[in-house]
Amino acid sequence: MTELPLIGEAVAVAAEPRLAGAKIGVVTFPGTLDDRDASRAVRLAGGTPVELWHGDSDLGDVDAVILPGGFSYGDYLRAGAIARFAPLMSKIIDAANSDAKLPVLGICNGFQLLTESHLLPGSMIKNDHLKFICRDQVLRVENNSTYWTGDYAAGQEITVPLKNQDGQYIADEKTLDALEAEGRVVFRYVGFNPNGSRRDIAGISNAAGNVVGLMPHPEHAVEVGFGPESLDGIGGSDTEGLGLFTSVLNKIVGGDK
Amino acid sequence: MPRIVVDVMPKPEILDPQGKAIVGALPRLGFTSFSSVRQGKRFELTVDGEVTEDILAQARDAAETLLSNPVIEDVVNVEVVEA
Repeated sequence: MTELPLIGEAVAVAAEPRLAGAKIGVVTFPGTLDDRDASRAVRLAGGTPVELWHGDSDLGDVDAVILPGGFSYGDYLRAGAIARFAPLMSKIIDAANSDAKLPVLGICNGFQLLTESHLLPGSMIKNDHLKFICRDQVLRVENNSTYWTGDYAAGQEITVPLKNQDGQYIADEKTLDALEAEGRVVFRYVGFNPNGSRRDIAGISNAAGNVVGLMPHPEHAVEVGFGPESLDGIGGSDTEGLGLFTSVLNKIVGGDK
Repeated sequence: MPRIVVDVMPKPEILDPQGKAIVGALPRLGFTSFSSVRQGKRFELTVDGEVTEDILAQARDAAETLLSNPVIEDVVNVEVVEA
């Protein structure tokens, strides 16, 4: 299916045809909100999104998986705690830990799911100010060698929307030191820490770099006219989230990135 | 019907933002004797029939795997309460 640009000629994204063969599964749980946006981001990046249902027992032939944002099971118990035991999650955990190193991206609730699954260390608790927060957030790409960040420059600053209630990333000091030493802090908040996260951490990866989780929403910054700078006019940082999706597609098709 | 009660608390070293908000509200209502509040969770698992050692062990297992997240929380109590 061809995605129609929402603002005619202004769409600057030129997806490469060679990426279209790469299939990215997007998992829907009860209470997921951003699965359609994630699928659209994959499509705009040039890949082929595949809808996956949490109750499925088979990942099919997808080349990567996105756990999108939302409020699976209404954040009951703990954010992501119930969805983490969905049938499909055990397949994803096995595939992510296997030699094949299935690339997995967790966004917001997806990040919470990855920590509950122990694919990523630490956990998320309520924002230190106790309020839901929604803003355009500047992030620094601290590590551009993961499967999901290869298309960014190291140290590049990007602006993407952020919206969460339980977004305060915490881990013990030993874990935080290890994450820093191993270069596994992938994204860091710049200028303003929106939730009290330890060491301004916005996103991290596993040791192999195939599993990445972050609280902000790159899938909401993939389209000219609808990204963070759309109030100021067309262009700028509207599409700075797209790099995560093109990065993994290039990685899958064996690009030179 | 017997119930198994499971109490879960945030780990001592974890700042509890909800407890902090509550302790801030108490003095406004005249409750001035409390210097700190920590908020936890209580689960009640109902058992149809007798609570055997095996069932109690299952409850402990469930408390560690699903009811709590060991990164941020401790299971502080698992006990049987008769109806």
